[in-house]
Amino acid sequence: MIEKEAKRHEMREGNMDLFLSALKTTVPVFLGYIPLGMAFGFLLDGAGYHWIYAFLMSLLIYAGSGQFLAVALLAAGAGLPEFAIATLLLNLRHAFYGLSLLEKFSNVGKVKPYLIFALTDETYALLTTTEVPTGGSKSRFYFYIAALDHLYWIAGSVLGAGLGSLLDLNLEGMAFVLTALFVVLTIEQYFNSSVRFPFIAAVGAGVTSLILFSPDNMLLISIILGTLILIGREKLGKGNLRVNKGTGKTHTQTHAAAAKPVEDSAREES
Amino acid sequence: MTGTLQMLVTIAVIALATFATRVLPFLCFGSREPPAILSTIEKNLPPMILLLLVIYCLKDVQWFAAPYGVPELFTIGVVAGLHFWKRNAMLSIFAGTGLYMVLVQFHVFSFL
Repeated sequence: MIEKEAKRHEMREGNMDLFLSALKTTVPVFLGYIPLGMAFGFLLDGAGYHWIYAFLMSLLIYAGSGQFLAVALLAAGAGLPEFAIATLLLNLRHAFYGLSLLEKFSNVGKVKPYLIFALTDETYALLTTTEVPTGGSKSRFYFYIAALDHLYWIAGSVLGAGLGSLLDLNLEGMAFVLTALFVVLTIEQYFNSSVRFPFIAAVGAGVTSLILFSPDNMLLISIILGTLILIGREKLGKGNLRVNKGTGKTHTQTHAAAAKPVEDSAREES
Repeated sequence: MTGTLQMLVTIAVIALATFATRVLPFLCFGSREPPAILSTIEKNLPPMILLLLVIYCLKDVQWFAAPYGVPELFTIGVVAGLHFWKRNAMLSIFAGTGLYMVLVQFHVFSFL
C-alpha cells in the first residue's frame, strides 16, 4: 500500500519535471505568442467584435495567420465559402507538417487528435526538434508543449481584445523571438542530422518564392516547391544510392528510439 | 441574435477548415503504409520547413528601402553565430530578440 503510494508520488514528481521541462521549452513561444495574440485581439476588437470572439477563435481555430486572415475577411463581409477556401489554402502547409510527423505521432495514444489540432508552425518546430527528456513519456511531453503554446495564444488574444487599446507598451520587435526560435531550431536540425540537401532545397525554394510571390502565398508555395525538389532529387539521383543507405541507417536508429517511449506510455496506461 | 449565430457558424467553418489541413495526412496514411518515396522525404521535410519558416519571417522586409533588411539579417547572423558558438538555445533566442528590439526601437541603422 505504502509502496504504491510512493510510486504514485514518484510518478507525479516525474510528470512535474516533464511539465517544467515543457514550460522551459516553450518560453520563446510564450514571448512570441503574447504580442502576436494581442495584435490579433486588438485587431478584432477594432473591427467591433466582443472579446469573447477573440477567445473562441483562439480556442477553436488556433492558427495565427489564419485568424488574421479571418479578421480581414470579416471586415470585408465575406461569405462562408470564401472563409472556407481562403483558410484551406492558407493553412495547407500544415498538411506537410503532418506528413513528417506520421511516425512520431503513431504511438502517442489518446492525445493524438489534440496534437494534430494544435499543430501550429511554432509547435511543429518544437516537436520536430526537441528531444523528450530521458525517462519521460513522449505523449505527455508533446501534450504539455502543444497545450502550453495554445494557452499562450489564447491568453495573448484575450489580453489584446480586452485591454489592447488601454495598454501602450512598446513591444515593437518582440515578435522577432519567433524568428530567432526558428533560426535556433534550424541549426539544431543541422546538428542532429547529417543530410545537408534539405537546407539547399529550402534556400532555393524560399528565395525564389520570396522574389516571385506575394508575402501571403510564399510559405505554401515554397514548401510545395521545396518538396518537389526533394522528390526530384530522390527520383533522379541514381548516384544517391549510397546516400540513401546512409539515411536508411538513421531510419532504423530513430525507429529504435521511438520504440522506447511506446513502452513508457504502455506502462503508464496500465 | 442572427449576427451572433452567423459569427459562431463562421468560426466553426474556419476551425473545421484549419483542422482539415492538419488532419489530412493522418487520414490518408493512418491505416496504410505511406509510399516509399514519402518516407524518404519525410525525414528531409523538418529541416527544410524550418529553414523555410526562417525565410518566411523575412517576407515583409523592404529590401529596397532603408534600412534594407539590415537589422533582420544582422540579428539572424548574431543568433546563428551565438548558437554555433555556445549552443545555448535560450541565450541565442533572448540575446537576439533583445538586440533586435533595440535595433528597431532606437533606429540604430537609420544612417543607412
